[in-house]
Amino acid sequence: MFLWLRRAYQLVFFAFFVFLVFSATSLFIRGYDVPWFLEIDPLVALTTSLATHALHHTLLWSLPLIVLTLVFGRFFCSWMCPMGVLHHVLGFLGRKRKVLQRVEQNAPRSSHKIKYAILAVMLGLAAAGSTQIGLLDPIASTWRGLSTSVIPAASNTAHGMYQGERHFQWGTLITLVFFGALALNFVYPRFYCRVLCPLGAFLGLLSKFSLFRISKDPSKCNECDVCGADCQGAADPQGTVRATECMVCLNCTSGCKRNGLAYRFLPSLKLSRRETDLSRRKWITAGVAGVAAVPLMRASDGVDPRPNPARIRPPGARDEPEFLAKCLKCDACMKVCPTNALQPALYEAGFEGFWTPILIPRMGYCEHSCVLCGQVCPTGAIAKLTVADKVGDMPNRPPVRIGSAFFDKGRCLPWGYGTDCIVCEEVCPTSPKAIHFKVETVTARDGTQKTIKVPHVDLDHCTGCGTCENRCPVVDRAGVRVSVANESRTPKSSMSLTGGKI
Amino acid sequence: MSDGEKKLTDLVPGSRLRSGGKAAAAPEVDTDRRVVLRVGVTAALACGTVGLGFALRSRDGHGKSKTLPKLKDHRVDKVAGATEMAIARGADAAANVRRAVAAVGGMERFVKKGDRVVIKPNIGWNRLPEQAANSNPDVVAEVVKLVAAAGASKIWVTDVSVNTAEQCFARSGIEKAAKAAGATVVHPDATAFREVDVSGKLLHTADVLFPFVEADKVINVPVVKQHGLSGATMAMKNWYGVLGGQRVKLHQNIHLSIVDLAAMIKPTLTIMDATRILLANGPTGGSLADVKQMDTVAVSTDEVALDAFGAGLLGLSPTDVGFIVEGMKAGLGTMNWRALKTEEMGG
Repeated sequence: MFLWLRRAYQLVFFAFFVFLVFSATSLFIRGYDVPWFLEIDPLVALTTSLATHALHHTLLWSLPLIVLTLVFGRFFCSWMCPMGVLHHVLGFLGRKRKVLQRVEQNAPRSSHKIKYAILAVMLGLAAAGSTQIGLLDPIASTWRGLSTSVIPAASNTAHGMYQGERHFQWGTLITLVFFGALALNFVYPRFYCRVLCPLGAFLGLLSKFSLFRISKDPSKCNECDVCGADCQGAADPQGTVRATECMVCLNCTSGCKRNGLAYRFLPSLKLSRRETDLSRRKWITAGVAGVAAVPLMRASDGVDPRPNPARIRPPGARDEPEFLAKCLKCDACMKVCPTNALQPALYEAGFEGFWTPILIPRMGYCEHSCVLCGQVCPTGAIAKLTVADKVGDMPNRPPVRIGSAFFDKGRCLPWGYGTDCIVCEEVCPTSPKAIHFKVETVTARDGTQKTIKVPHVDLDHCTGCGTCENRCPVVDRAGVRVSVANESRTPKSSMSLTGGKI
Repeated sequence: MSDGEKKLTDLVPGSRLRSGGKAAAAPEVDTDRRVVLRVGVTAALACGTVGLGFALRSRDGHGKSKTLPKLKDHRVDKVAGATEMAIARGADAAANVRRAVAAVGGMERFVKKGDRVVIKPNIGWNRLPEQAANSNPDVVAEVVKLVAAAGASKIWVTDVSVNTAEQCFARSGIEKAAKAAGATVVHPDATAFREVDVSGKLLHTADVLFPFVEADKVINVPVVKQHGLSGATMAMKNWYGVLGGQRVKLHQNIHLSIVDLAAMIKPTLTIMDATRILLANGPTGGSLADVKQMDTVAVSTDEVALDAFGAGLLGLSPTDVGFIVEGMKAGLGTMNWRALKTEEMGG
């Protein structure tokens, strides 16, 4: 009976997760708190608050899960986690047929302590100001896998019925990592959860102290080992149950014919094992390695002193160091972006900024009155803006600028070829238009003269939205292109003397 | 639990050790029947592959060429002595539509019972109605109601937006208003286009929204706006919005492109929305300072005449606007709208 209750919870939470991801479009989002699963993730709260020395208010949602884990153990993994559901199902496909072979598949292994080392590295990185948890966190991974891999593939196959045609820079890499993590279930069930998952490791640590836990009554056990046949966490129920590994799936308690195992309130601590198997020396080494990795990464280029011109951040993005400390790379902003403009970075934002959102104007542009990316950001890496904040009210209040447009005069049709065009001026969304034109007389090759309209950029009004670059008829590298110069989130990007402090 | 572990290793030997089972002893020579079967299967596979290769052969990699459809002529016969252009002014936009349409003979003159009708507002931009970058939703809704009352069997409302379509359709207020009035709103997704023959001076073929291929009648509901390159965008320029593909290239000869498109579509009726017009920073606008409240709706079957009238509202002379001059030269209508039988109401 409890197994069916657990399956019902898994189904409901998975459906809810998928519903929230699907709702993250301009058409369906309404007021839904679509990143809720990321907000309840205590590791998101812990790493971002370590990195920024502040807890973003929406991450208070993680406190209930911490308390519940202290009471009930690491139940999240096999009752709530959306990636856990996928691993559970695929682990079922990957399990061997004979009971005793399955007991062997689910035996504790020395490799299962690797996740604690990963957790220590992640916490070290965060303590030194770099949030990388999203690379392996199961909630962020599942968001990313659905947003930039599974859903675009499905939607494109259906002729863009849902959210239109969508493509992502190096999306295949995300696909390989996501499906690779799932495919590990065919090595043995729940490989990712047992060996790699830093959230599982963190909840496992909390479960050391849980009030409810599974324990064995040795007097009833005849050592048939069947309890280990479907143990999700490889928690050794046939031996001494490992509190840090047990996912409270209840397969063992339901499987035992002699009622030898039970989920009890405050059983004797001697009946469960609480060690993580990672020695204190390794914990410390891993943590120190994480801390040291940050200056090592930052000795590379990418952020300072040479900002990549393509590192165009979403509107409302914090200044780069704070942005990197908060961004989870969950790709929720890329999912909700109506124009497919937001894309996972490769090296544009340096090594630390891998998979963080950048705007690629040839893929899409920033809708003038759209502020959805800030609405879905779970950690406040992108601030929640109002439309009025974003659009500004020139000359009294400047707009939020994410960069500036520059003409490439050899590629622009009026500049380079004396042809009428100025699509850039037509689509420029600001008022007054940042792209304006001057009427000029040009002489053609045969000596005839004609007047054409030649476009120019007014930097005071340009927001860097990229609509001009997106719509430029020069199909490959546009005749007008946006780069990060003059983005308003930091005075360092300002070009003009009057644009801000020096 | 050393007992338990011992038991396991006893009972479950390593899988690698168990994989090399002994194969069944095979006879040294295959039987005749088996040989015949193998040769037969191989021959069938070989013939099939060769046959398939020849069946699929193609010199240029293309299938057979097809003749593209042309759009129908959507116009209705002229009625001698009828009012050719009606201009209604007043604070109620829907009433302006009703009065102006009634003055040119009522919607029943243009839409017959059972007709399939496509209504083409300007839904190009992610803007609110007050910003006057799109057609007025009240005007569009009233047109839908009149077409429905005339007995149309199908009413589409559609446009190819420049900004994200779902946001343009929502924030313009047109999707909601048109649906409430009984229309089917068609978003310009990838499956919504059909290739047609234009045979214009400049344009040869184009991908257009399917309702324009399927409809019996076409009603244009443009808004009056200033436009940097062409001077103004009103009725004829609104046909850019039926096109998919790389329509940004048309700007290189915008006036002739506009005339080609207008000549291709041949609309049944044009209902020009000048409830609010955009005087500057068009066609996108964005600031209320760019907008002028005109409270006017003008209706005619002559797009050139309406564009000439609209140019006047923007403070332009029709002769300053290239596509108006070219449209008249191509025989699409007259820019001397005052020479038409015109009825002006309200104001």
